Amino acid sequence: MVQNRFRDFLVKEFKHIIRDPRTLLIVILMPVLQLIIFGYVVSNEISDARIAIYDKSNDYLSQKLTQKLAASGYFLPVRNIKTDAEIDQAFKAGDVKLVIVYEPNFAENFIRNNKADVQIITDASEPNTASILANYAQAVITTFTNEQNNNGISANRLDIRSRMLYNEELKAVYMFVPGTMVLILMLITAMMTSISITREKELGTMEILLVSPLRPSQIIFGKVLPYVSLAFFNTIVILLMGYTVFGLPLRGSLALLLLVCFIFILLALSLGILISTLSKTQAIAMFMSMFALMLPTILLSGFIFPIENMPKVLQWLSLAMPPRWFLSALKTIMIKGEGFAYVWKEIAIMLGMTAFFLALSVKKFKVRLE
Amino acid sequence: MKTILFILQKEFIQIFRNKAMLPIIFMLPIVQLLILANAATQEMKNINLAVVDFDNSKTSRELINAFGNSPFYTIIPVKQSVNSAMDKVHNSQADAILVIEDDFEEKIVNSEKVELQLLVNAINGTAASLINGYTSSIVTGYSAKIGIQNVEQFKPAIATKVRHWYNPELNYKLYMVPGILVILVTVVGMFLTALNIVREKELGTIEQINVTPIKRYQFIVGKLIPFWIIALFELAFGLLIARLVFNLTIAGSIPLLFGFASIYLLVALSGGLVLSTAANNQQQVMFMAFFFMILFILMSGLFTATESMPQWAQVINAINPLYYFMDVIRMVILKGSGFADIQRQFIISLGLALFSLLWAVQRYRKTSD
Repeated sequence: MVQNRFRDFLVKEFKHIIRDPRTLLIVILMPVLQLIIFGYVVSNEISDARIAIYDKSNDYLSQKLTQKLAASGYFLPVRNIKTDAEIDQAFKAGDVKLVIVYEPNFAENFIRNNKADVQIITDASEPNTASILANYAQAVITTFTNEQNNNGISANRLDIRSRMLYNEELKAVYMFVPGTMVLILMLITAMMTSISITREKELGTMEILLVSPLRPSQIIFGKVLPYVSLAFFNTIVILLMGYTVFGLPLRGSLALLLLVCFIFILLALSLGILISTLSKTQAIAMFMSMFALMLPTILLSGFIFPIENMPKVLQWLSLAMPPRWFLSALKTIMIKGEGFAYVWKEIAIMLGMTAFFLALSVKKFKVRLE
Repeated sequence: MKTILFILQKEFIQIFRNKAMLPIIFMLPIVQLLILANAATQEMKNINLAVVDFDNSKTSRELINAFGNSPFYTIIPVKQSVNSAMDKVHNSQADAILVIEDDFEEKIVNSEKVELQLLVNAINGTAASLINGYTSSIVTGYSAKIGIQNVEQFKPAIATKVRHWYNPELNYKLYMVPGILVILVTVVGMFLTALNIVREKELGTIEQINVTPIKRYQFIVGKLIPFWIIALFELAFGLLIARLVFNLTIAGSIPLLFGFASIYLLVALSGGLVLSTAANNQQQVMFMAFFFMILFILMSGLFTATESMPQWAQVINAINPLYYFMDVIRMVILKGSGFADIQRQFIISLGLALFSLLWAVQRYRKTSD
């Protein structure tokens, strides 16, 4: 009897979701589109950066170097500048990212005085692009100097041979697939559940459910189960896409990976439930999820920005961010290929957090029943 | 006109009556700005470098000192074994390993070419290439120093001098803060507008408005203006915080910045209205808004330069209002660009604003289905 009632309630909740095909479509499309954007659009690689040349010398050597820069593939000279004031204009209009300034008598200085000056001026309103481009330009110029000296041997006697561990081609997919997973799971489980529960409260239908013979735990369980299924479905889609389309390796155990995903879904759910017990209206639940969950998920979890570079306070704060532990476990299993021995700490922390949030919500939920 | 004033009065009373909403509108953005601007950094300030020194000579220690003297590096002590250093990388105690072979000093003295090995944890590709870049430049610097010490063949050289304009210290926060402001203003403006109308739908009060003689455009204007003002206030507030906390000064004209922001907000808020007409409950509208927001934000160039995006992405960006605002807010605040510089973005945004306003008015029906 009780089982039947619960099943009916569960069917009602599933119907709520299926009746709204637009939301369902978004839920399914979202991770796919996000992976495509991260995979193909958002990249830190820079090619064909628009640059301007301010050639005060205009001799054979400066022209040759300009050609060399253009041939490097990093730069696209689009403009010749004649005065100092024009540099500022070009930057302000956003036409170019970098200006190369040759001193007068460039070739002559190079041959007679053994020293010719080039100034690299960047538009550092985009600091990362600026420093990457400046490094590229310096590298091209160094190679050019060596070629001019006709030996082809590096002037530096110390050379560095670098090897990139785990990710030799520096593919961004190692970061964004786990990141997208966190984002989507947080969105679907925490945010959607918190709003769907708050909705019943706001519309007054929660009272009806509460006076029904269903136990509160069954109500909550029935509310979250459809979202758990959706979240798990998306996890599989993201993993498959990462594996097939973007060539993300799965070096560790699949079962362990799915277990970690499942624990994280539980954790996100407990957060969603906590938020719903704290907020009276859907708008508040939404903003709480948005600011308390989404943005820290993106920025404090090490998804886009490395945690080690943050100020100490934020590093401590990130310890309290559930996605941080999930991401760390994901990377350890998928990319480093380590086993349970290397992720037990993350798993324990996530389970602990889940228990804590659930206990807190149960406490709050009872208060509201009085 | 009077009708609009009445609607405005009603909206403002409702907004300010909600005690929980106000702290959310004003406090959370501040907290976010403070946290996010500090978190969103791609500068590598703290590289943990494990050095495996097989040579252990005066020269090799000099090289290690060059790293130790750099504020960006922390030398992680390891045993003379690559494996023990790899362990440090495995459990994330070290970001990179520098291996110095045992014939290092000998080769330097004999003016032979020396190769150092650098192993970088490259799961985060961007960080790895920055680490690689920093490390090379320190080694190059050291190499130049010993080159000068034993003066030999003097070959002509091209001396490069790099100057970074507008942000000489390459402070990443100055770049991120305007971007975060764009997002905060959009989220607050668009989400509040969309949720507000859908809430009226859910509670059924929209029917009461529908039976009054209020015209469609009056309703839309009455719903837009309060959140438009709140969002603009939010921008001013955010800029003030940015000035006080991050010392972000606005190089360009403030009226120009707010002029552009008010046009941009028309697009964002009308977008919220259009979404609200397509949704029946707040969960739906929130989800749709979130869906479009996150795609638009990622495409807009918040973290990465838009120029290096593929052609089809740039085509999509042509109608991405966030892309224009993200561009303009940075140009005006950081570079001091004037109206002539942002003319193109201005005209396109104006067009987008007109289009989306008309769309919102057209989508809103006074009849219920």
